[in-house]
Amino acid sequence: MLSIKNLHASIEGTPILRGINLEVKAGEVHAIMGPNGSGKSTLASVLAGREEYEVTDGKVLFQGKELLSLSPEDRARKGLFLAFQYPIEIPGVSTTNFLRTALNQVREHRGQEPLDAVKFLSLMKEKMALVEIDQKLLSRSLNEGFSGGEKKRNEIFQMAMLEPVLSILDETDSGLDIDALRIVSNGVNKLKSDKTATIVVTHYQRLLDYIIPDFVHVLYRGRIVKSGTKELALELEEKGYDWIKEEVDSTATI
Amino acid sequence: MIGSKRKLILQPQSDPTAIRMSTLTQHELILGLFEAAPTTFLSLRQLGKESFYAQGLPTLKSEEYKFTPLAKKLESNLTEFYPAEQVEISHKQVKSALFPNFKGVVLVFSNGHYLPQLSSTSEGLAVNLLSERENTPLGSIAKIDKDPFVALNQATFTDGLHLSLDKKKALESPILLLQFHQTQGGQVISPRIWIEAGDFSKATIIDYHISLDEAPYFVNKVVEIRGGVHADITYHSIQQENNQVIEVSNLVTDIHPDAQFTSTQITLSGDMIRNNLTLNLLGSNSVGEMFGLYLLHGKTHVDNHTNVDHMVSHAESNELYKGILADQSRGVFNGKIFVRQIAQKTNAFQQNNNILLSDDVIINTKPQLEIWADDVKCSHGCTVGQLDEEALFYLQTRGIDKITAKGLLLYAFAGEVLDKIEEDSLRNYIVNQIQKRLESNF
Ligand SMILES: Nc1ncnc2c1ncn2[C@@H]1O[C@H](COP(=O)(O)OP(=O)(O)OP(=O)(O)O)[C@@H](O)[C@H]1O
Ligand SMILES: [Mg+2]
Repeated sequence: MLSIKNLHASIEGTPILRGINLEVKAGEVHAIMGPNGSGKSTLASVLAGREEYEVTDGKVLFQGKELLSLSPEDRARKGLFLAFQYPIEIPGVSTTNFLRTALNQVREHRGQEPLDAVKFLSLMKEKMALVEIDQKLLSRSLNEGFSGGEKKRNEIFQMAMLEPVLSILDETDSGLDIDALRIVSNGVNKLKSDKTATIVVTHYQRLLDYIIPDFVHVLYRGRIVKSGTKELALELEEKGYDWIKEEVDSTATI
Repeated sequence: MIGSKRKLILQPQSDPTAIRMSTLTQHELILGLFEAAPTTFLSLRQLGKESFYAQGLPTLKSEEYKFTPLAKKLESNLTEFYPAEQVEISHKQVKSALFPNFKGVVLVFSNGHYLPQLSSTSEGLAVNLLSERENTPLGSIAKIDKDPFVALNQATFTDGLHLSLDKKKALESPILLLQFHQTQGGQVISPRIWIEAGDFSKATIIDYHISLDEAPYFVNKVVEIRGGVHADITYHSIQQENNQVIEVSNLVTDIHPDAQFTSTQITLSGDMIRNNLTLNLLGSNSVGEMFGLYLLHGKTHVDNHTNVDHMVSHAESNELYKGILADQSRGVFNGKIFVRQIAQKTNAFQQNNNILLSDDVIINTKPQLEIWADDVKCSHGCTVGQLDEEALFYLQTRGIDKITAKGLLLYAFAGEVLDKIEEDSLRNYIVNQIQKRLESNF
């Protein structure tokens, strides 16, 4: 589904991603871990199409087609979804307000009829239940005055509405209390199928107890320096990153 | 054109340095305006003329007009500095100019001349020509020495509208002043309006300017409003004229105890526009609200000067002006808050926010606070920025194309002002106009 080959990206001339390789197949869950500043969010942003990042080398195929030349909206319409680590606030625009426009543009791309207000509302109700989010929250200005947990829930709610093929969840677990973590993870799990894939970026093993990864990767200094199965996450939880950093830094060429 | 000899005769005898007209040509132009005017309101007009000569047309050197070079603009756009005659307006034109679903009193004007035969009225509301009413203290609220264009209007107006709302009368539907403008060769339109609202009365007035074609003209309007105690008056002004229009509007209002006045100034087009809005808070517990929205593209130049005078204690003013500027447009905002020494317990708030959509726009924004009382709550702020790129990206990652996403964000920005318009037909109309603009990428 997603094939990243030797991806290099920089911002304002500073290289951040320095040769990422990753293969994600339908039905899989991949966890990406790694110390702060290693490039996890950058990778997510580059995949979602943020213009500030300059891709200097490499290739990304999404569902067999070249991804990097597409606009962010076209990527979304083709089924890529990014749940932001830091969802921004947009005064005056409510979730309900932009999501219908979003959903209908996505549907149009898929050759589906637009949803009228009634159908949209009933779909919303269904998905709201999935992440246990309050409708009042959705009619307020996006994320303005939302608690950390509410912001993250809202991200997953949007994901549920847009039904993406590939979801990238960037630290969706941070800011969630135990109950919310369970609810949100359950939501994510319910949306999973053998036709979709999920990449979860996290610092914590506890999310991976709920969303069980098929693979765990460690990103460090812009490269995936170690990959393994879910046991790797347990090991990292126990030992931290130092042993990996040492391994990498001792063999590093730069 | 009038010869230069006449010019000398008409000059005031007083201090010659007070004459600040920039060129001879402009001087001659103004003379044409005076020459052609009829002989109504003679003494008022004489005073206006003298005051105008003392002040002259503002140039870039005049502090109050330094960003808005009207003298030069008038010279370049107008070919005939004469009072505009009324042009014929049909029922059909009136009908098609109304906002969809508008219900209310319609008062029709042609080039500033009120047309009773096309207008309606309502119980509790007296609609007259100024010339039909005696003893209207014209010029007592909008004073000629405060602004040269007030003086010019008073020197040249021929008649106008007198609106009087009975005591305790709360009008359920709004009063629409439908002002059609069209001149040949660029002439001068001098609307003059006096509004009197009795104690405990309530009304919404919509002042809507429409161009009938693409030719230039100059509107120099003066509106004086006197609201009684506990009166609640809302005045919406919509400027949507062609891109050769020059317009100066002076709206001055006295607000008495427990009364409320709300102004909404929406500007969508025009060449060069200057709006002077003056609120005199004369009574305690009076409230003045000033909202504005300017959506500028092309080369439109809009200058909003507001001036609120807190003359007594326990009054409140609240101001929010927002602007979106595209292309090579130019915006000026100057918000003056004057709190006199006796005006303790004043609350005064002011905000001006701007979004610039191009590198070629210019905005000058300036809060001007003069506070002589010590127990007041005053705040002001202005922002000038680009569209939030991160917000744009966020919406795009949800599948929304860039233009629509921009539209959503701009619309949300403008919404804060639009939400202040309670009259549905008007708000929906403006929303629609803005939507069209946003769809075409502003
Ligand atoms: N706009 C920017 N300008 C300069 N440097 C940037 C910019 N954005 C990101 N970086 C740098 O890129 C590096 C990678 O950042 P990124 O946000 O991808 O890290 P991360 O792995 O997601 O970290 P965390 O775990 O803290 O979320 C950091 O060193 C960061 O400072
Ligand atoms: Mg991050």
